Amino acid sequence: MEKSPADLWRKVRSRYILLGNMCENCGARYFPPRLVCRNCGRNSKMKDLRFKGTGEIYSYTIIRSPPDGFEDLAPYTVALIKLDEGPIVEGHIVDNGKPVQIGTRVRAVLRRIYKEGDEGLIYYQYKFEPV
Amino acid sequence: MPKYRIKVEEIARVWGEDAESIKSGLNIFEKSVPGIDEDSATIAVEAARRAIKHAGIDASKIGAIYVGSESPPYAVKPTASIVAEAIDASPYAMASDLEFACKAGTDGMQIIAAEVLSGMIEYGMAIGSDTSQGRPGDALEYTASAGGAAFIIGKEKKEVIAEIIKTVSYVTDTPDFWRREGARYPSHGGRFTGEPAYFKHIINATQKLLEETGLKPSDFAYAVFHQPNGKFPMQVAKQLGFTEEQIKHGLLTPRIGNTYSGASMLGLAATLDVAKPGEKILVTSFGSGAGSDSFALEVKEPIEEKRYAIEAVEKMISEGKIYVDYATYLRNRGSIER
Amino acid sequence: MRDVAIIGVGLTKFGERWESGIKELMAEAGLAALEDANISSKDIDAIYGGSMTPGRFIGQEHVAALMADQLGLGNIPATRVENACASGGTALRQGYMAVASGLHDIVVVGGVEKMTDVSTGEATTALGGAGDQEWELFQGLTFPGLYALMARRHMHEYGTTEEQMAAVAVKNHENAYHNKYAQFHRRITIDDVLNSKMVADPLKLLDCSPITDGAAAIVLAPMDVAKKYNDTPILIAASEQASDTLRLADRESLTSIKAARIASQKAYEHAKVTPKDIDVAEVHDCFTIAEIIAMEDLGFFKKGEAAKAIEEGRTAINGDISVNTSGGLKGCGHPVGATGIKQAVEITWQLRGEAEGRQVAGAEIGLTHNVGGSGATAVVHILKRVN
Repeated sequence: MEKSPADLWRKVRSRYILLGNMCENCGARYFPPRLVCRNCGRNSKMKDLRFKGTGEIYSYTIIRSPPDGFEDLAPYTVALIKLDEGPIVEGHIVDNGKPVQIGTRVRAVLRRIYKEGDEGLIYYQYKFEPV
Repeated sequence: MPKYRIKVEEIARVWGEDAESIKSGLNIFEKSVPGIDEDSATIAVEAARRAIKHAGIDASKIGAIYVGSESPPYAVKPTASIVAEAIDASPYAMASDLEFACKAGTDGMQIIAAEVLSGMIEYGMAIGSDTSQGRPGDALEYTASAGGAAFIIGKEKKEVIAEIIKTVSYVTDTPDFWRREGARYPSHGGRFTGEPAYFKHIINATQKLLEETGLKPSDFAYAVFHQPNGKFPMQVAKQLGFTEEQIKHGLLTPRIGNTYSGASMLGLAATLDVAKPGEKILVTSFGSGAGSDSFALEVKEPIEEKRYAIEAVEKMISEGKIYVDYATYLRNRGSIER
Repeated sequence: MRDVAIIGVGLTKFGERWESGIKELMAEAGLAALEDANISSKDIDAIYGGSMTPGRFIGQEHVAALMADQLGLGNIPATRVENACASGGTALRQGYMAVASGLHDIVVVGGVEKMTDVSTGEATTALGGAGDQEWELFQGLTFPGLYALMARRHMHEYGTTEEQMAAVAVKNHENAYHNKYAQFHRRITIDDVLNSKMVADPLKLLDCSPITDGAAAIVLAPMDVAKKYNDTPILIAASEQASDTLRLADRESLTSIKAARIASQKAYEHAKVTPKDIDVAEVHDCFTIAEIIAMEDLGFFKKGEAAKAIEEGRTAINGDISVNTSGGLKGCGHPVGATGIKQAVEITWQLRGEAEGRQVAGAEIGLTHNVGGSGATAVVHILKRVN
């Protein structure tokens, strides 16, 4: 199934600069951003919040059987990163020769996530590099 | 600078060529290779982010971004807008991509300098970034590499680390190296790329600069020339009256290859890492097609406090290298894929 | 709310069913269930059909109406139910609610998935829709990848080993060996699992349930008329469901599926039983780690102790509790939408004493545990033999 340009563009600020949000009513922080605070429902007061992109690895795996469109990158390491500000986010781990394990500190960099063949769009997103 | 490297020996092994004669002939040992998920856009973004950290300014104050590259990810869709979003300088910024082979990055510097001087913008960023390709088996394959640099230009005296005293350019229609729309790899004129192209333009631009500023080669502590291989800069330096000592800090190609639009700018960045206030730096880039931009710079006091704000070029080049074999190199370059 | 009974069940052979399309699979299971209930297709009042993504696999939506059509059920209300891998269990609950409330009398619940017409990459992509498309699948984080992240964390927090996970697959293949409907009739060893190809570290090919075609169907009736159709009607003593966040990253824990804990706790309360009372259980072993986590979520073992218990054989047929006697998703196969229904079919056979070659002695109370995605939905049913 071809991806839509709108689907890439819709969250580009989150994908490029880790723009999330927080609820001013209860202080909960969210990345990726959401419209409704999980705690406050109708009393949500959401405000933009940019995340630093630093954190540590909470869990990780190496995907060897990729879905469509990710064949060129496979095998690739995907992790759950606990960002310093609290939320846990999914992200590829960039191979830089440093060991990958639970607890490894990482920082966000911009890399290519996906490209649609030779003529379609190229999608960029944060990935995480062990520091 | 990507972390991956491939040695001359490894490329020569595949094509049955003599590594030693290539190493001594071109003065190059290894070159950088981009990761499979890196391209000139991701490299431009990483360089831009480091520049912002180094400058210590708010990205929203950047009024213009120009990205020079001959390997942009798209033929139509600018890298500059990706950079603008990725450093949070958008939406109120001028932005565009430039092409003039290896001098597209320094072109951007000239344009930004003019926009800052005229008061049109407070700060601007010029980026040179490439993941250049050489046709497999061609001589360029030993040198075409990946990397990028970004400079932020402003005129606030207490922020300026090096002042652009003067810049001149020398441009002619010279068909030394080109790539047609849709062609995978560039073509070049062999030995024609030397004297009528590289040497003629660098010498003329530099001599014009020296004439207009009244400076002599010995007035400069350092000189950076475009570096398609490790030999040409040494030869052109000698012809112009510069010494090996002056060019050595800015000559990176022997260890990272030719990063095309990033080459002269990376050489300048490496030089700035060691230069002291008061010292002058000459930079002359060269872009095929053809032209040279020449700059006379004087290093200023503020450089001292910013010196270790980001990773030094030397550290970036020499630490954490991961060597790859030729097949992995092809895979990372996208020459072979599933 | 009146009591609801299972009066008929039917299953297709699970596997790569090249000669059968989705219509043939539905009809095969549906007919078998009607036969088992000894009931006419004209007596059915409504049908609920579960299928995760027939649209992505074969371009066919509207599958409950198709089921009614294929079985000649007449112009009855037909409703497609989708909750990813819990579509079947959810369809069962919808049917249960319809009969319990008195809205309908005799209801068929069916589940089907036709998965083998597409390539592995396409199937992986389609199944990825069970997670969060925007942040998980968008970056190539597959379904096995999600469970691998859970496995890695379970290993980190409790010391669970790859050998212990492999023991789940070995047991379920052993059980499937005796199940004529199962996809696999091949006994495997721990070494076989450990040496199989890595899919998403640490999960290997034999840690993962397969791609399977199959369908299952159940006929439900109010308990007070059930004996007309079957001598051993099976009571649905509890039908509970819970949801949780779509993204794995948003969960409170990677090593427990909260929706399953909530659904099972409510089910035990409603059925007035405790985990110790369960004789036989069909749980959602989409990956070996999922069965370990299920044993803990369902209260059969304490957190961190299930892996060892399974390794020691305590969940084998006629062990402390017999788990996945059908072979589970791993050994019997996992036609996604059908699994939740098939689990109830297996428990029904166990409680009736009709589970050839894999019968749990004296089984009276059984449980089914059906999970959607990495845990955004969980459906738990408790079934009892009455008489």
